[in-house]
This record gives sequence, C-alpha cells and structure tokens, in this order.
Amino acid sequence: MNAKILEIENLTVSFDGFKALNNLNFSLETGELRVIIGPNGAGKTTFLDIITGKTKPTEGQVRFKGRNLRNYSEHEIARMGVGRKFQTPRVYLNLTPRENLELACNRYKTVFASLLKRTPSAEKRTVSGLLETIGLSHKADMKANLLSHGEKQWLEIGMLVAQSPDLLLVDEPVAGLTDEETELTGELLTSLAESHSIIVIEHDMEFVRQIARGQVTVLHQGSVLCEGTFDQVQSDPRVIEVYLGQEIHHDQPVSLEDAPQLLEIVEGADPETPGTLQGDFAEA
Amino acid sequence: MTVQAAAERRGIDWSKRRSLLIEAGIVLAIALFLILIVPALLSGFRLNLMGRFLALAIVALGIDLIWGFTGLLSLGHGIFFTLGGYALAMHLKLQIPPTASSQLPEFMSLYGVTELPWFWKPFYSFPFSALAVMLIPALLAALLGYVIFRNRIRGVYFSILTQAATIIFFNFFNGQQKLFNGTNGLTDFRTIFGVPVNNASTQFAFYVTTIVFLVLAYALCRWLTSGRFGRLLVAIRDDEPRLRFSGYNPTGFKVLVFAVSGALAGISGALFTLQTGIISPNSMNIAFSIEMVIWVAVGGRATLVGAILGTLIVNFAKSLLSEKFPDIWLFFQGGLFLLVVLFLPDGIVGWLRTQGVDLVRKLTGRNRVATYPSLEEDPEVDYERKNLGD
Amino acid sequence: MLPSILDGVFNGLSIGSILLIAALGLAIVFGLMGVINMAHGELMMLGAYTTFVVQNGFRRMGEPWLQFYIFFAVIMAFIVAALVGLILERGVIRYLYGRPLETLLATWGVSLMLQQFVRSVNWVLVVGLMVFCLLYFGGLWLVRRRPDFERIRGWAIAILLALSAGIAWAVGSVLAQTYGLAMTKPWFGAQNVDVTAPRWLLGGLPIGNYQLPYTRMFIMVLTVLCVLGIYWFLQRTAWGLRIRSVTQNRNMSACLGIPTRKVDALTFALGSGLAGIAGCAVSLLGSVGPNTGQNYIVNTFMVVVVGGVGKLVGTIVGALTIGILDYVIGTGILALLFAPIQPLTDFFTFFATTSMSKVLVFFLIVVFLQFRPAGLFPQKGRTVDA
Repeated sequence: MNAKILEIENLTVSFDGFKALNNLNFSLETGELRVIIGPNGAGKTTFLDIITGKTKPTEGQVRFKGRNLRNYSEHEIARMGVGRKFQTPRVYLNLTPRENLELACNRYKTVFASLLKRTPSAEKRTVSGLLETIGLSHKADMKANLLSHGEKQWLEIGMLVAQSPDLLLVDEPVAGLTDEETELTGELLTSLAESHSIIVIEHDMEFVRQIARGQVTVLHQGSVLCEGTFDQVQSDPRVIEVYLGQEIHHDQPVSLEDAPQLLEIVEGADPETPGTLQGDFAEA
Repeated sequence: MTVQAAAERRGIDWSKRRSLLIEAGIVLAIALFLILIVPALLSGFRLNLMGRFLALAIVALGIDLIWGFTGLLSLGHGIFFTLGGYALAMHLKLQIPPTASSQLPEFMSLYGVTELPWFWKPFYSFPFSALAVMLIPALLAALLGYVIFRNRIRGVYFSILTQAATIIFFNFFNGQQKLFNGTNGLTDFRTIFGVPVNNASTQFAFYVTTIVFLVLAYALCRWLTSGRFGRLLVAIRDDEPRLRFSGYNPTGFKVLVFAVSGALAGISGALFTLQTGIISPNSMNIAFSIEMVIWVAVGGRATLVGAILGTLIVNFAKSLLSEKFPDIWLFFQGGLFLLVVLFLPDGIVGWLRTQGVDLVRKLTGRNRVATYPSLEEDPEVDYERKNLGD
Repeated sequence: MLPSILDGVFNGLSIGSILLIAALGLAIVFGLMGVINMAHGELMMLGAYTTFVVQNGFRRMGEPWLQFYIFFAVIMAFIVAALVGLILERGVIRYLYGRPLETLLATWGVSLMLQQFVRSVNWVLVVGLMVFCLLYFGGLWLVRRRPDFERIRGWAIAILLALSAGIAWAVGSVLAQTYGLAMTKPWFGAQNVDVTAPRWLLGGLPIGNYQLPYTRMFIMVLTVLCVLGIYWFLQRTAWGLRIRSVTQNRNMSACLGIPTRKVDALTFALGSGLAGIAGCAVSLLGSVGPNTGQNYIVNTFMVVVVGGVGKLVGTIVGALTIGILDYVIGTGILALLFAPIQPLTDFFTFFATTSMSKVLVFFLIVVFLQFRPAGLFPQKGRTVDA
C-alpha cells in the first residue's frame, strides 16, 4: 500500500529563460499529507500547475501512480484522480452550490453521458451530505455568486471532495478565512487525510502547525530547500534566512523607472530574473 | 428516512413535471394563436414579415445557446444561415419543368455552363436537401469549432475568427458566378413539390412550417439547457479552465453546441429563403451576423424566450423605422447596440425578471423585501429580521 | 522571374505596411485593455475624411502650400481620430472594462453611427449636436452642484436629456427652414470622395520594367516613422513605461499609484490617433467612402491574431507576412513559380484573385493557429490563462 503515489524527478520549468522550477525532486507516499511552504515566487503554484497538467515541464518528469503525466491534458489527469483547489476560490458563480457539487461529483464526464444520463440518486445523496458537511444546506439553491468568500472556499473544498480524487492538491485553503473557519478547515483536511493523499500549500504557520502530521517541504527559488517535520524545518537556519533575510536593497530614492524591479522585490522574487511581474496579484 | 427521501424526490419531480406541462401548454397556446388568429389580424405583407421574423427567431435561439449560455460570441452565424438557405434554394432551382429548353438553372446557361456541377446533383432529392439544410452548417460549425476550440482559442479571438470566416465565405460565394450565380444569389424560385412557391396558400404553409420548427427548436434548446448539459454550458461560460480540473473536456461540449447552433441557423436560413424568395451572399456580410447577436441581447441573454422576443421586437422596429426614416436607420441601430450593452445588459426579459417584478410590487403596494426562499427559513436571518427590523 | 518576385515583395510590403499602420493602434489597445475596437476602421475613415478636408482647405490657399498639405493632414488626422477615440473611451468603453464581448458589440454600434454620421453630416446636424452637448452637459454640471443631486439624479438626467434634445432639434429645424440648402446639404454625402496626392508623390521610381509608386513608398516611410515613434514612446518616456506596466499587470500598477484610468484613456487616444494616420495613408491609394473602414477591419484583426498580444514585433511580422502572402497569392505569382508542377499551378491559379487569396490566407492563418494558438510571440508565465 505504501507505494509512491507521486514522483517528481529533476523537474525544470522555464518561462522565457526564467526558471520557475529548477531541478526539483519530490515524492509523496500514498495516504500522506504533505505541507509545502515557501516564500512568494518560490514556485509553489507552478508546482501545482505541473502536476495538474496546466503547464508542461521543460525537463524532467512527473509520475502519478507510476504513469508519466507529460502526455496527458488537464481533464485526463483530473479523471485519473488528481483534484485541485485554487488559491482564490474558483466556483461556478452562476450555478447553485448544489449544482456545483453535482458537476464535480458526476462520474460520467463525456458529452453524451451528460446529455442523456440522469443523475443517480446515490449521487444526489452524496451531494446533500456534502452540503451538510460544508454548512451550505440552507443556501444550496441560490446562486454561488451570492456566497461569501469563506463559503466559496468551503464550497470549492466540497467540490474537491465530491470529485473524490486519490490525490488532493490544496492551494492556500485558509487565505481570507476567520480563525474559527481556519480551525474547521484544518479538521476537515485532517479527516480527509485518512483516506486520501493530500498536498497542502500554505503560508499561515499556525495552520501548518495544526495540520502537519508528517513531513513539511520548503521550496525556495524553484527547488526543494529542505524537508523534515515541522519543528525541524522551523529551526533550520536556511529556512529562517529565506523567510526573514530578505530586505529591500535599495538605498536611493524610489522612482517610477524602478517599478519593475520594485515589483520583484515586493513580491519577494529574485530581482535578477524578469518574468515574475505577473505574480500573485494577477490571480488575486 | 429512505421512504421519506424517496417521496420527497418524487415530490420534486412532480412539481417539475407540472411546471414543464404548464410551459408546454403556454408554448402550444402561443403557437396556435400565431397560426389561427394572427393571420386574421395582419395584412398579407405584415404576415409575411411575421413569418420571416419567426424564421429569424430560430437562428436567434441558436445564438442564445452559444453566446447566452456558453459565453462564446459567434459573429459567423451568417455563414450557417446562408448555407442553409442555399441548400434549400439549390433544390428549388432544380425544379425545372421537363418541357423547358435547358435542364439547368437559368443563370448557368447565362454563364455558359453546359453541365450541372457534380455537387448540385444530390439536390434533386428533397430529403437530401432537407438534411443538407441542417447538416452542412452543422458539420462546418463542428469543423470550424474544433480547430478553434481544441487550441483553447477563446473570447474575443473566437469572435474575430468567426467574423473573418464570414467575410471569407462572403468573398467565396461572391466570386463563384458559375457555381452559385455570384453576387446575385439564387432567386426566382418557381415550384416546390410541384406547387407554385409564391401562392398565398403555399406561403401560409411556409408560415405554419416556420412556427412548427420554431416550437421544435425551442423544445430542443430547453432540453439542452435544462439538464446537466445546460449546467455544464454555464460552467464553461463562468470558468472554462476550472472545468478541466474537474475532469471535463470543454472542447467536446463547445463543438457540439456550436454545431447545434449552426444547424438551427441553417434551418432558419432555409425557412427565411422560402419566405423572401431569395438567398444571396449578402446575408453573409458582417453586419447581419452582428445584428443577430443584438436581437438576443435586446431580448435577454440566456433566456430562450428573450431571444425570440428580441428578434421580433428589433425586426418589427427595424421595418417600421427604416420605412419612416431610411436615412438615419443606422443611427437607431448603432444607438440600440450602445443602449442595450450599457443600460440593459440583461435584456428585456432579464429586466422584467428583476426590476420589473419590483416595479409591479411597488405599483400594487405589495412592497416587501425580496429574499431567497431558503433564507426565509434561515434562523440567523430570521433572528436579524425580528431584532433589527427590515 | 526575379523582377516578378521583387515586384511581389515590394507590393506585398506596401500592402503589409498599410495593414501594419492600421493594426498598430488596434494591437496596442488590445494588448493593454483586452478590448477589440470594432470602430477602429471608422476611425481610419475619419482620418481619411480629415485628409480630404485639409486638402480642400489648402487648395484655397493655392500653390505652393497645396504641395505640402499632406504633412499637415497627417497631424490633423491623428488629432481628430485621437479626440474621437478619447470621447469613445470616456463615454462608452470605460464602463465596459472586463467585458470584452460587450465592448465589441458597443464599439460596433459606434462604428455604425460613425458611418451614418459622415454620410449625413451637415451644418444642421453639427449645430444641433453642439447645442445638445452644451445644454446637456452644462445642465448636468449645474445640477451636480446641488446637494441633493444623488436623490434627483434619475429624474434630472431624464428631464435634461429630453429638454436638450428637444431644444437642439428645434434649433436644427429652424436653421434648416431659414437657410435651406446651405444648411441641410450633406458635407460629404454617401458617395466616395477623392483625395489627390501632391504632385511630387505622383509617378514612381522605375526599376527595370516596374515602377515603384512614390505614394506607396511614402506610406512605407510613414509606417516606419510611426513604428519608430511608438517604439520610442513606449520604451523611452514615462507614460510609455506606465502603459507597459499596466499592460503587464493592471492591479499591481494600480497599487503602485499608476493612474490606470488615465493610462487607458491615453492609450486608447493614441491607438485611435494611429488609426487616423492610417486613414490618411489609405486616402492616398484611392477614393474614400463611409465604408472604407470596413474593408480594412477584418485584415487588421487577423494581424492581431497572428501577431499575438503585447509585443510590437509580433504585429510588425504579422502584418508584413499577411501583406506579402496576400499579394503573392492574389496576383498569381505563386502559380508562375510552380509552373512546372501542373496540379500546384492549378491550385494557385484558382486562388489568384484578390478575394480568393483572402480565402487561402485565412485558411493558412487557421492552420498556423493550430501550432501557435497564442500567436507569433505569446506571453508566457503563470498568469496566462489563469
């Protein structure tokens, strides 16, 4: 049972010469919950993009359940059993939460099946149960664009569960949530970890402490800086340097001409490398 | 628990079925009204206009499917419309009495063509032509859609590519005098099934046929958009990349919808041709295809009724205004585009659904705060309402 | 053989340079705001009509001024089109950001109105419009200063609109009645008008059996100047830097205090102004009419599709390639080239007309997009398609 569900070897991704991921090696056991941390621009989201097939590796390979993912497109990888929750909640705003969940829950995803097959009652029950779990039963039939940010986060996690993938990729699940919601999300993830393999990307150290049972991986400048338990990682001097050691190295007055460089520094990326201008803000 | 749940489900099904039956009843009633009563109210000229506009409503339904529901703005429906029209017109042009001196459509003899081109021959058969009316546009749409969608070309790119395709087809048909009579198009139809085309009774039959097809098209669109397929279309409109990560491949869905909408355009073009008596490359000019979109926008996107209503309103307004002020009709039309986009983004039906309902409430004095039915039972909301007041 | 190829390349380049100058503004606006401006062709048409007006003005001044009207016309065309573009952006497009498809429809509406405008513009229309604007915006300005403006806003606008429209219409009809034809005669009418190039642009440079017309060379020089000017503006000025930064990341630029609204307006005006210059160039090639813009619009869109977004060089390469292909196929030069191979010759002869060459070029573009869906020089990175 303890086979590797995900193996990544010598992975490099470059955009116009800028290496978002650089010779990265990574592996995940079946049933493991792994937390990935790292400063902005470390390549965390690109890492998820690679696994889900949104971006193709420049070099190296990604194997999911032993199969090389290079030749599969996003929907095929999703059908193999990789589910993803995005950094900012992405739910279908003009559908109701119930319909959102039903779309994710549906097993037959071809064109004609969705035209001709009726929704099995087992699926309807699953959806009702999930609505209960994520606390949206009373809002199940209003449009999702009326939900609050936190509710959308939860709805998207619900969709991920409904999809019932073998590997869950969760990108900053508690961004913008209240403490109470954060706690509940943590519990939800921990209980999911009993039956799924999960990769969580997170900034919130308190939250990482809450959910990190086993290994934590630190990414920096596109490669793995170190791996270990939360306490080991937290006391690693390299990690501390990466997180705290960055300052804005400009003494001279700031002018507009410096804007691109400033952007890089604000984002925490390497000032030498262009191309990260379109960072987290564009997605936010 | 299970029995209760089952009963509940059946209850939902019942209410769904009942509303479906009511809707079907209303549609049937309107269709009968159009067939039995409207002819008595309108003059022959206006009735013919009505028939044409109802034919145009079919293409509007197609545009609503692809734009309103799926969020793809096609500026190329003129192609499918015209191809449908040509398919039927070719059949009509081949209704040559055996006594005639030449067994070719007259324009061919004019351009010195001595033998019928091979691809004209199947159009002797009516069943083939009727199929071609739907299938040629559908296949072309599927092909065009496939090469565009499979590369994830979306949004504005899709719109301008379809627009370019329109002008390409326009050029092509314009340039082929020997094959399609070039700019003049196909006209001067004589008989269909041996009956003269321009007969009042034949024209009335076309009118009824149009209504029948409109009802069928409406039913098809309702079926497509009501179930899970329809929800997937909305999901594609909302966030297509996201859908891939849920394991769906949007390409297939988009190709199918584009093809269906192309087929509807083809039917519409054929029925329109029957009632105007001419089809020419002119209906493939850019302006006409964009005009179709504005009918849907005026009526209300993603509301099938809106597409039909918008088509009728805009076209009747057009025929009235362009009779009265032929010079400045374009001002009106341009203004219409601006007005709808800026001030009425949900169209007439959308407006009626939101503001209209409020307005009626206000006027009838039944003003109350609108909430969602599920919120009515929400204890939190209830608490707030009681303690904080409306 | 060689001269015919040279001829093909030169003429293709000259068609390409017209495409380029027309597509330049469109590409910048599209890159910045994701807006396809369907009225771009009509802005070109306005530029062409401006040239016509300037020419007639200079004709009155007589020689030798007439010989140099074209330089003044280029500047005026730029200014007129830029102003109309600015009004368009302030009045319509800025309400539609983030809704590119609606913008497309709205600008199409504007293009219809502009076409009709040049057809029927006369003194009555102009005076009426001016009276209307004066009354409406003046009135709005006055009402806006009342403290209870927000409350009466809806009614105030409705009343003002009706009142100013009524007065403007009344003034217009009074003018029309008193002065008759002098006031109601359209300035241009629906017919095409002719711009004649200055004498020094007539004729051409003989090379072998061919002549390179000076007008085409003038257009090419104009295009090169425009491209260089735009390059300089974008790369070397403060506003150019702002435009580039907003193109790359709108939200971040806004956070850094760049006035994105102003940048939008400026860019749109700039793009429109370029359309005006393009119109001026086009007017040298033949007569111009209200529909002139429509002839260019689809081709310029294709340039943007092929060139990709956000890089000037993509637009340049795209325009020149399409121009050369279009000419080389349309004139049957390819058919000549492949003369030894019969089926190929037949194939290219079939497409060797101006309209049929467009069919083949479109087909090639679709094939091209199968390999490079995002154009020649796509943007890369995480946010693309996010």
